[in-house]
Amino acid sequence: MENEAGALSRVAGLFSARGYNIESLTVAPTEDATLSRMTIVTSGSDDVVEQIIKQLNKLIDVVKVLDLNDGSHIERELMLIKVRATGKDREEMKRMADIFRGHIIDVTEKTYTIELTGPGAKLDAFIEALDRDSILETVRTGASGIGRGERVLKV
Amino acid sequence: MELTGAEIVVRCLAEEGVKFVFGYPGGAVLNIYDEIFKQDKFKHVLVRHEQAAVHAADGYARATGSVGVALVTSGPGATNAVTGIATAYMDSIPMVIISGQVPTPAIGQDAFQEVDAVGITRPCVKHNFLVKDIKDLATTIKKAFYLAATGRPGPVLVDVPKDVTQHKFAFEYPQSVTLRSYNPVTKGHPGQIRKAVQMILEAKRPMVYAGGGVVLANAAPQLTQLVRQLGFPCTNTLMGLGGFPATDPLSVGMPGMHGTYEANMAMQHCDVLIAVGSRFDDRVIGNPAHFFSEGRRIIHIDIDPSSISKRVKVDVPIVGDVASVLDEMLKLLKASREKPEQAALNAWWTQIELWRARDCLKYDRASPIIKPQFVLEKMYEVTGGNAYVTSDVGQHQMWAAQFYKFDQPRRWINSGGLGTMGFGLPAAMGVQFAHPDATVACVTGEGSIQMNIQELSTCKQFSLPIKVILLNNRYLGMVRQWQEFFYGERYAESYMEALPDFVKLAEAYGHVGMKIEKPEDVEGALKEAFAMKERFVFMDFITDQTENVYPMIPGGKGLSEMILV
Repeated sequence: MENEAGALSRVAGLFSARGYNIESLTVAPTEDATLSRMTIVTSGSDDVVEQIIKQLNKLIDVVKVLDLNDGSHIERELMLIKVRATGKDREEMKRMADIFRGHIIDVTEKTYTIELTGPGAKLDAFIEALDRDSILETVRTGASGIGRGERVLKV
Repeated sequence: MELTGAEIVVRCLAEEGVKFVFGYPGGAVLNIYDEIFKQDKFKHVLVRHEQAAVHAADGYARATGSVGVALVTSGPGATNAVTGIATAYMDSIPMVIISGQVPTPAIGQDAFQEVDAVGITRPCVKHNFLVKDIKDLATTIKKAFYLAATGRPGPVLVDVPKDVTQHKFAFEYPQSVTLRSYNPVTKGHPGQIRKAVQMILEAKRPMVYAGGGVVLANAAPQLTQLVRQLGFPCTNTLMGLGGFPATDPLSVGMPGMHGTYEANMAMQHCDVLIAVGSRFDDRVIGNPAHFFSEGRRIIHIDIDPSSISKRVKVDVPIVGDVASVLDEMLKLLKASREKPEQAALNAWWTQIELWRARDCLKYDRASPIIKPQFVLEKMYEVTGGNAYVTSDVGQHQMWAAQFYKFDQPRRWINSGGLGTMGFGLPAAMGVQFAHPDATVACVTGEGSIQMNIQELSTCKQFSLPIKVILLNNRYLGMVRQWQEFFYGERYAESYMEALPDFVKLAEAYGHVGMKIEKPEDVEGALKEAFAMKERFVFMDFITDQTENVYPMIPGGKGLSEMILV
């Protein structure tokens, strides 16, 4: 989309006005400062998804729309998760982080903050694997996606 | 040459060839109004409510095809304009609305008369802009006009802060603008068009379903030629009336909730449906599940890709400008020399004539109380079918659409998509400015006319010889009808009490008022009124309270499930 004030609002407004579902949304400028790239995770029947794509294309600020599901693609999301890590659990928590290839980026006597990246399913699995009581706080970015191979979304 | 922002606004409008700006002044736009005072390239029309300014610009746009322009101040000016903007948005009318805004340092500080106009109108405009820097002003206005008029037209709002109107900048009006994210398709895909023509030639029970897109694309000549050449039945929606001549025997009337029996039955039972500039709206197709028919193929020509297969799956979608696509189709038909099978077409027409014989629009012509349908039939005769007719919303609107036979496009001006009561009178003002010598009539009801009654003053100021045809049944007619049919005759808040003496009210504004209470007086009164070419005439017809609009498709029902008279 054009990197203009209000562009994000337009897209979010479109989804809410037409009753489409936003599971997650992430946006940031690209290497071209005039353009920003937004990734939205949504759900719906084929007809609904077709309408979503058409309505997005209609927005003046939207330059190009790509449905990543049309081909093979890579999906990555970042999560910062603060967990209780005391006594015996401390060692276990470190092992968990290693198994999932996360990084512990903050340490106190009682807590670890772990940074984890991967497809949404991996992040979900990490949360599932932990004891619910040990999770103090989670913050996720929402998924970003990019096509595999030579496939490029360019203006 | 360095000009102030206000001068730039005024110069841009002149460059765009704007002839009329409908507006209402206020603090945020005082600098602009000062410049309007000093110039003479366009005329400013002072209305009495910002909603009316936008409706008037809308009526002007619908009657001419040009971009309508309205100017309102910040805060309440902008919020008053929202209903008018949403009305234009739903009907895809090309308009540019310039709204004042508080000075840029004050934005976001809950300043006096500040609203987030861009935020508020975002869902009901084609696009909007907030001009934060004077260097963007001219380009933004150019972009606004370009967006409003191209592709699927629509209203564009430009929010201009007061300090921007004071700053100075070197003025240069861009020759053209390009927006990399906006490239409306005009030419239809040749393969799809060929497919469509093939389907048309093979059709046994074809039907043309033409909507507002035909009027917006100025494609009435092409549509008329195509329908006549093929000899197919043609139905025009509420927004498309006049796209094909209503008096032509090939026309089967309007489809939909209050459409004719023959139009609805033909839509339901055709085997090839050719949708031209129409969007399968819920008022037209009724229950989508009921509308679906296994044996029917649908061709859909529309300039907006998101309109295609939105509500109804179609077989041959063609994205493109309606006029351009129809031209291509006519070329292909001419080259092919083939014709649709005549025997099948004759059999289809025999069936359609049987449906037509049902005479679904009949009403009691012998009644001693004035029937609203009678007033409209007589108005059609007295005006020779040549008037510009604006309408408000309700039963009167449906009867006007049913009984005034529009042979030309851009003569029927009504709020179809949003259904805005209060649209009729200000829209009529816009139409009269567009065509000063034309006969302009506003068909209305007592509920609707009171919503923008203050515009009687504007009509007096500018001596607009509009004829108001008030079908006064002392009820909110359409609401009453629904309450009669579906709410056990519990008439909640639909009776209009304490109505004014409309004749005295019209006279208070310096206009001519007439009250007609007997059927035998109707024709004479209409003749007398329309003969007064220089005067605004308010005609109060006391009509039968019990009349209902037939046919009617109840909500959730299918096209063939009409309630008939």
